[in-house]
Amino acid sequence: MATETHSDAAAASAPGMPQLDFSTFGNQIFWLLVALAAIYFVLSRMALPRIASVLSERQGTITNDIAAAEDLKAKALQAEAAYDKALADARMEAQRIIAAAKADIQSDLDAAIARADAQIAEKSAESEKAIAGIRESAMENVKIVARDTAKEIVSALGGKPDAKTVNAAVDSRLKG
Amino acid sequence: MATETQGEGGGLEFHPMDQFIIKPLFGGDAVNWYTPTNATLWMALAVLAVFALLVLGTSKRSVVPGRVQSVAELAYGFIYKMVEDICGKDGVKYFPYIMTLFMFIVFANFLGLLPMAFTPTSHIAVTALMAFAVFFGVTILGFVKNGASFLGLFWVSSAPLPLRPILALIEVISYFVRPVSHSIRLAGNMMAGHAVIKVFAGFAAIAAIAPLSVIAITAMYGLEVLVSFIQAYVFTILTCVYLKDALHPHH
Repeated sequence: MATETHSDAAAASAPGMPQLDFSTFGNQIFWLLVALAAIYFVLSRMALPRIASVLSERQGTITNDIAAAEDLKAKALQAEAAYDKALADARMEAQRIIAAAKADIQSDLDAAIARADAQIAEKSAESEKAIAGIRESAMENVKIVARDTAKEIVSALGGKPDAKTVNAAVDSRLKG
Repeated sequence: MATETQGEGGGLEFHPMDQFIIKPLFGGDAVNWYTPTNATLWMALAVLAVFALLVLGTSKRSVVPGRVQSVAELAYGFIYKMVEDICGKDGVKYFPYIMTLFMFIVFANFLGLLPMAFTPTSHIAVTALMAFAVFFGVTILGFVKNGASFLGLFWVSSAPLPLRPILALIEVISYFVRPVSHSIRLAGNMMAGHAVIKVFAGFAAIAAIAPLSVIAITAMYGLEVLVSFIQAYVFTILTCVYLKDALHPHH
């Protein structure tokens, strides 16, 4: 076991395990320490800080992007609100215009109706008057015709028509 | 037996353990403590692989990572989360040590899967050094951080009083067995897998069962890929658990 050379050691331990050849332990331990120290140096000086910074940078980028996205979303909401407000305003304006137009039309209509009513009233008054005139003249005619007829009938019956009496009789009949 | 020539005899000659022999890289026979050996070579390759993945792979520092950088970040996040989950926030400052162990083991394991490669982690000397480093480091840290109350780790205060001395004895034994199991688990797994593949490869010398042997090697290789990662993971997670015991010794 204590032999220095590999072949002797192998011969001594054969067909055993090279793992138990203690003559190589010092060598392995030395080189393992060198390797681990090298890896530790590489990791702690270069690799790990770099990866950590890359990861935190990425985290920062992601956070920033999310914040920017939130911002844009807020802006979009604002824009939507402004749009809605503009729409509502426009709608209100339209309502107002419609109401005003309606009121105008209504007043025009009212005036036109009033005028038309006045004209109609005037016309009907005229007609009324014309009708009254016609009626009066008709009454006169009837009176004349009745007097004449009554005179004719009296004379036809052989009487002597007295103009005054006949007229009085006709008048009293027509009134009654 | 050991003098027979390797793998040239044909027929059924198994040398499944020859792949673990440590040889000087540049000829000669003597393996002094400073001699560059095949173990040195493959450890150096593991270091280079770690460097390539974690330093060269992340050299662009892209916010949207490429392939290599994603793997490096994945490894970082994997171990970082493990340390944070198991040891808590105050364990995070030991993360570089744990990451060192994990990266070394995982690359030594995977590089060892290359044909003709040597696997440093299949040697008990290597795994025992790491396991004892963890053991002593964690024990010293426990005493430095908690003083004598670190011994509370062995005193199960939630158990009934008469049972506690017995449990304490068991806890102490299990505590001292930790580095042994910790190291043999890794070395044993790596050695067994490689040896089994080699045995199957030996059977390939017989033409009749050669196809079967090739299929078996393929299957074992797949299994070994899995084992390589799982053993690195297990070694690391146990290190974290031991570290947690040192930082928070009370059950």
